[in-house]
Amino acid sequence: MVKNCMGRELPEQVGFYKVKPYMGPFAGKPGDQPVVSRRKPERSPQGGSKVKTLEEAIVASGLKDGMSISFHHCFREGDMVISQVLTAIRKLGIKNLSFNPSAVVNIKNPSIVDFVKDGTISRISASGIRGELGDAVLAGLMDEPVVLRPHGARPRAIEAGEVSIDVAFIGASAADEYGNATGQIGPNACGSLGYAFIDATSAGKVVIVTDNLVDFPLAPVSISQMYVDHVAVVEKIGDSDKIGAGAARMTKNPRDLLIAERSADLIAASRLFKEGFSFQTGAGAISIAATIYLSERMEERGIKASFALGGMTANIIDMFRKGQVRVLECSQSFDAVAARAIVEDPNILEIDNALYANPFTKGSLLSKLNFGVLAALEVDTDFNVNILTGSSGEMMGGLGGGPDVATDADISIVTLPVVRGRTPSIVKRVFTLCTPGDTIAAVVTEAGIALNPKHRYYAELKEDLEKTNLKLVSIEYLQQLAESMTGVPEPIETTDKVVCIVEYRDGTVIDVIHQIKK
Amino acid sequence: MQLKKPAVVGTLESCDVQITLFPNPGKGVEINLDSIVKVMFEKSILQTVREELEKFQISDAIVQINDKGAFDWVIRARMQAAICRSAEVAFDWKGVS
Amino acid sequence: MAGKTALKRTSLYVSGSSPVNMSQAIFYNEDCLVYDLEDSVPIAEKDAARFLVYNTVRYHRPKDKYVLIRVNGIYSEFLDDDLEAAVRARPDAIRIPKVESAAEVERIAKRITEIEQEAGIEVGSTKLWCNIESYPGVLNAEAIAKADERVEALALGAEDFTASMKATRTKPGWEIFYARNAVLMACRSAGVEALDAVFSDINDMEGLRADTTLTKNLGFDGKTVVHPRQIDIVNSYFTPSKKEINYALRVLAAVEEGKKLNKGAITLDGSMIDKPMELRALTTLAQAEAAGIKIGGAE
Repeated sequence: MVKNCMGRELPEQVGFYKVKPYMGPFAGKPGDQPVVSRRKPERSPQGGSKVKTLEEAIVASGLKDGMSISFHHCFREGDMVISQVLTAIRKLGIKNLSFNPSAVVNIKNPSIVDFVKDGTISRISASGIRGELGDAVLAGLMDEPVVLRPHGARPRAIEAGEVSIDVAFIGASAADEYGNATGQIGPNACGSLGYAFIDATSAGKVVIVTDNLVDFPLAPVSISQMYVDHVAVVEKIGDSDKIGAGAARMTKNPRDLLIAERSADLIAASRLFKEGFSFQTGAGAISIAATIYLSERMEERGIKASFALGGMTANIIDMFRKGQVRVLECSQSFDAVAARAIVEDPNILEIDNALYANPFTKGSLLSKLNFGVLAALEVDTDFNVNILTGSSGEMMGGLGGGPDVATDADISIVTLPVVRGRTPSIVKRVFTLCTPGDTIAAVVTEAGIALNPKHRYYAELKEDLEKTNLKLVSIEYLQQLAESMTGVPEPIETTDKVVCIVEYRDGTVIDVIHQIKK
Repeated sequence: MQLKKPAVVGTLESCDVQITLFPNPGKGVEINLDSIVKVMFEKSILQTVREELEKFQISDAIVQINDKGAFDWVIRARMQAAICRSAEVAFDWKGVS
Repeated sequence: MAGKTALKRTSLYVSGSSPVNMSQAIFYNEDCLVYDLEDSVPIAEKDAARFLVYNTVRYHRPKDKYVLIRVNGIYSEFLDDDLEAAVRARPDAIRIPKVESAAEVERIAKRITEIEQEAGIEVGSTKLWCNIESYPGVLNAEAIAKADERVEALALGAEDFTASMKATRTKPGWEIFYARNAVLMACRSAGVEALDAVFSDINDMEGLRADTTLTKNLGFDGKTVVHPRQIDIVNSYFTPSKKEINYALRVLAAVEEGKKLNKGAITLDGSMIDKPMELRALTTLAQAEAAGIKIGGAE
């Protein structure tokens, strides 16, 4: 066993995985070797078509036992690509695959669990494995640990050769016969294909999966034909109601509104809130409300933003159309309005997830971000954040871009209630450490705002907030308040078996999750 | 005190607990706990329920608990109301300091 | 416990039959939190609500808030048990709906004294807020306000009042203009606090601002709110602005200076400072201090 710098005990080796302990938010350095890609030069096929059935495409890709496959999660809960491809693979009798989607959302009928149980999948890496798969993994479903990486770490790991993809399956809402593909148009438009770019350029073989084959050449193009080997046409790539769900309504929960308004107040009070500032808010209930309040504060003060970053929602598109934001850097689209907006305006950009968050490039957009608003399941008195596991030992969320945003944004703001029902969210020690506390500037709750004395912007943020009526409290106060309401919970019981590795963005291990005793 | 009839108090809304009491003459206390925070608070909830029964000197009861994350004092308040309803007594506030 | 000098800018009702609302209400910025046993609790749940409010206020009362319990109507079958539970829960005050005469207040005050004695609570520590929500209440407001030492505030209830008057409730509120002034004068005469009626449309923030401007200009000390969203806006009207604070500081500095120099007439910016101006300046600073505003040197 070793301890990382957060005091978390880690085994040195877990199955196939060799642990490098986390040493600090900026301790990890990129290696010297050139970036790795499995893509090979090929003679461009003369004319013709790359269109095949899904089975034909899988066979033609040369997929064999023990290889590695990947997917994106841009279709969210409406995705039907992953289960169709896995079902076809199972039919071909290919086993023992390494499954590396950008994330696993809750896919049912069939569930990923079934493909693990029948031996089709034997290893998994993703940013999160919410839902049935997550709970099964925590209960000890797999022999090998699941590796969880934040969004920025996935392209980094691929380019470092830590994740090697033999065949990438890229769902697209429109594609042509020669492999040009996009998510911006078509009946099942999902908007940005941000997560798929690294797979297109780095996988050994690339298969586009679409239900909407259009005349060559497609426009607009997200994934270029020069990276694509095969185009598999299926009947349906997704449930359009779930992919293109309408704009999320503003929450009516007064507690969440209060937290959202306080986060907008915090941003507006900071000296970084000035003409040309930048922000990322996200898609949770509190985040959406915070975006709306932020828009109001910008209007009151006559301040405009240069860019908004990350996952886009209808509210941010609204701000853009009102002229409050100059450029939207869109790595993901969270609703139908945001999905359709990219094609409508040249200042709404579809960006590569690596451009968004990969720490080891010559310039990620997060490095230019002023304010990031984040959600969390738990925060502890060292400001460490848990965005994976719930207090009863269930898989409740994914890492997403949380650790990336926290580290690179000037002011990272975690928003959460002090208690959810009888579950305390401000605790003495988070069950799973996902984002190191040193990278969190402020925690905003209904009971007050706690600033992190160890954050690099602490002194100036404190000075700025003390000029307002915002209630500043200590994180210890919030923890004690939560405990006085809920009582002290019994600890979650675990076995010695490590079921998940939680990687930090540089590829070191910040924590591991043990099998939960039931 | 003796329970006389089945009685139910509380709702299934978040942060509330629905408690149903049944008389259980001569057969002791039986508690069936269903809670969204069972992993964290099973022992605490059971102890609270037993304490409230003891305060009213009730030795026979079936207690069905459907807990949606109620705080301890909410569980106590719901138990007190349920006991008074089931025992068909008006609570004697004079005995409270 | 919050003292008599505590701010009462906003009072928020929370239903005694909703644990989730009760647990969230403590985090908003209302000065006064009213746990309700009356209108928001169905008849069949009165017993359960009484236990819930008692346990909450007695054992988990919110800190830094003025805590009240609203009991059921004076002539309802629930009042006796409500008072027994409410007094023992030790709130700052009990809020009585639809008070119409001094005799009603005297009767309730006497009962509270008995309960305080039985329960070993300091006699007189449980204050009373009387809701004035009918024309007899308005007509008798002064007598009600002076009926007992426990009375700390009168609160106007406009919906029931207008119904009793056969009036139509409107946003500009001319139909309650007289009642507002009558209640205010009664409060000033008795030296108790005056709290204005709610503004009911929770989606009309401009309307709320206009209404609260009137509330504040008439002279009320605070207002009942119907939704958490109204709290910060109403509070802001009863919290002195930086400009007001600075002006108050300058008035008091000029008065101080005048006393030192033994001047008869004191002037500031060319106008005479009279006693009412000095009084208003002191009130402004007291409000600012109660609202937690740090008062530094004059700018």
